[in-house]
Amino acid sequence: MKKIIPLMALSVIISMPVLAEKLVVYTYDSFASDWGPGPKVKQAFEKNCACSLEFVALDDGVSILNRLRLEGKNTKADVLLGLDNNLMTEAKKTGLLAKHKVDTSKVILADGWSNNTFVPFDYGYFSFVYNKETLSNPPESLKELVEQRQDINVIYQDPRTSTPGLGLMLWMKWVYGDQADDAWKKLAQKTVTVTKGWSEAYSMFLKGEADMVLSYSTSPAYHIIAEGKNQYAAANFSEGNYTQVEVAAKVKSSKNEKLADEFMAFIVSDEFQSLMPTGNWMYPVTDVALPEGFKKLTIPSRSFSFTAEKVDNNRKAWIREWQSSLIY
Amino acid sequence: MPAKSYTLPGLIIAGFICLFVAASVSALLFYSPGFNPALLWQDAYYRHVTKFSFYQAFLSTILSVGLAIPVAHALSRRHFFGKSFLLKLFATTLVLPVLVGVFGLLSVYGNSGLIAQLLAMIDQTLPFSIYGLNGILLAHVFFNLPFAARLLLQSLHSIPSEHHQLSSHLGISHWNKFKLIEWPCLRQQLPHVCGLVFMLCFTSFATVMALGGGPKATTIELAIYQAIKFDFDLQAGALLALWQILLCGSLAIGIQRFSRPVPLSNTAGKQSLYLFNDNRAAKIWDSLWISLVLFLVIPPLLMIVINGLNAKFMSVISSTSFWDALQNSFLVAIFAAFIALFAGFFMLLTSRSWRLVGIDFKADQLELIATIILVTPGLVISTGLFLLLRNITDVFSFAIVIVIAVNALMALPYVIKTLAQPMLQVAQQYDRLCESLGVFGFSRFYLIEWRAIKRPIIHAFSISFVLSMGDLSAIALFGSQDLRTLPLYLLQLLGSYQMESAAVVSLFLFILSIGIFSAVEQISSKNKIY
Repeated sequence: MKKIIPLMALSVIISMPVLAEKLVVYTYDSFASDWGPGPKVKQAFEKNCACSLEFVALDDGVSILNRLRLEGKNTKADVLLGLDNNLMTEAKKTGLLAKHKVDTSKVILADGWSNNTFVPFDYGYFSFVYNKETLSNPPESLKELVEQRQDINVIYQDPRTSTPGLGLMLWMKWVYGDQADDAWKKLAQKTVTVTKGWSEAYSMFLKGEADMVLSYSTSPAYHIIAEGKNQYAAANFSEGNYTQVEVAAKVKSSKNEKLADEFMAFIVSDEFQSLMPTGNWMYPVTDVALPEGFKKLTIPSRSFSFTAEKVDNNRKAWIREWQSSLIY
Repeated sequence: MPAKSYTLPGLIIAGFICLFVAASVSALLFYSPGFNPALLWQDAYYRHVTKFSFYQAFLSTILSVGLAIPVAHALSRRHFFGKSFLLKLFATTLVLPVLVGVFGLLSVYGNSGLIAQLLAMIDQTLPFSIYGLNGILLAHVFFNLPFAARLLLQSLHSIPSEHHQLSSHLGISHWNKFKLIEWPCLRQQLPHVCGLVFMLCFTSFATVMALGGGPKATTIELAIYQAIKFDFDLQAGALLALWQILLCGSLAIGIQRFSRPVPLSNTAGKQSLYLFNDNRAAKIWDSLWISLVLFLVIPPLLMIVINGLNAKFMSVISSTSFWDALQNSFLVAIFAAFIALFAGFFMLLTSRSWRLVGIDFKADQLELIATIILVTPGLVISTGLFLLLRNITDVFSFAIVIVIAVNALMALPYVIKTLAQPMLQVAQQYDRLCESLGVFGFSRFYLIEWRAIKRPIIHAFSISFVLSMGDLSAIALFGSQDLRTLPLYLLQLLGSYQMESAAVVSLFLFILSIGIFSAVEQISSKNKIY
């Protein structure tokens, strides 16, 4: 026993955070990964701050919020990067986030930006992506995909952990309203699997496990620019596509408040923004130049989104509706 | 009375375990104000999860035990090359880390597994999907059929050889012999075996997490995890955890009542063969079942080794996340095994000193406390602790201590089961001698216990070590980027579809757990002292 106690104590000490000028940013795995924008963002930010920036990679956007709530006031995060417009109210209600001091007047989103807790860092439209070589006649509406196309199978993400998954849930709700549970049942028949995060779903799709995957209208740009491949396309649905604005926020309990403020301001800088199109494969929120490949993309004919309050009031019930319609 | 001095540490440890469990259960109760089991029936989703837990456990039990009967029967009357090796392999499926087994199954039956590749050669696609109920059942049969077959084989071996001789003399048919001699013997053991397998499948976590997990294929155990980690619904998590304790508790009591356990010894397979009227049909019948079990068990294990040696091998073993995970796994396994052994040893000192003076009732109760974890699954305990501690401190920063504690608690029943008998025997033999010579304390342990029962002690340690090494249910809630064990790392790789890296990690975990387990067994059996 005498030997065990010091060793246990030692392991506690080892697992404690090191105290240094370090900014901890919780984000989702595809942002932090080697092929995401994370490493470049880290490099660009560290150049000017004499600090170190650490990304903690979680499964997907909703997991970031879940993790913050699990850790509560004792969280190690200074900044959350990767929540979205749908989660803003719910995230704010935790009382764990602080107001930002960033001038968001440069933001070019359709309705501008006036939220004082969240700073947008990119935006895009949820879309089902497919391979033109294997699927020659993609569905032209969500209703066609859900109700008519028995020949197509899909992969999407879990709305409990992933922001695209949540986006699809809201999209279905927007299109189907009270009939959403029926629609989920129909979609379930052509679902290969529901993944925890976007990257898992997308890599399964690329390996040929499904005809279509829930992703973004900007995803084909990756294949065009990074791989020189033109066969991937995003389906343009006649009902319109659900819009996502990805946002960042500062954590109230942060011990590096000054550094966190610097990072929040850095998000809307040209340097950060110009990393978004070819790093995160989303549209930048300020007026920086778009790469050539983005001009080949189709922009959805219509786009929409629920207000964050509406999502907050209904998310739990709608998730339960999704869960319940999948068990039969 | 000198015996008194031995009882105190065991009592303190028992008290500590009770406190530990009570604290986490009360944290659960606190988070589910007005514990309302009716909600479990009113809510369609909870109802489904409960139903599914029972349904899959029921099917898994029927399949595993149902198939184990002919397999055990065939093994009991046949001798063939590698039989003892096969039986050893059967013993390892119990300590094989669940995810490694699942990975092996995926590489045989998965979408890009062996069978799918063979079918692709003749332009066919895989007619089934391993995800969902199919896969869960397959994995449960893979883990539990060998286990059940071993237990049943043992009870078949307990049939006196005179019975075999007599039936051979009388020339009764195979069917009648089975009906009259073998079946009655199996039937005694069946409720116990079925009960054990049912419990294992009912509380199965890692298998369901890896192969199911969608709303359709979710067990209560997994729903607890999802409620907390996916929905941050602490109340639902607590409610489901209490529900799980309630169900497991009643199941355990039920099993206790309807079955008489026959202790599992290591002698299975060493039984000599007996005479019987062999014929061609019987030969074919037996080889059919033996090949079936070979086809079930061998290919996945083989694929773990083959797939592990791939192009990603170097890049995985040169990555820091792999070494961190390996280091954490070792830390967790070593500490958990030591604590379990230590706690188990002292509790048994107490219980045996009671037994020696004839208070068996108290001794039984003390040992029951040590096995309390069997009715309160590890995930439930860690959920409770999580809820308890999250308001006090940052749970994630000393997660490793909690993981060690929960793993130690989960290993404790195995330690008790392994050491109870030998320790009692040692005491019966040497207590008086020690008292007359005045040998106490550590020198008593070193001179008497360690020498006499070194082998069971090492066995208890190695089984605790290997189980903690492969465990996922304690780490699942607390794991993070900063704290990863090999099983969690493997889950994340499988989750992010990095099959090649997952294969390498599987191979390592396989070698570490099975390798350490068999090496320790081998060494300690050579140095057999008593």
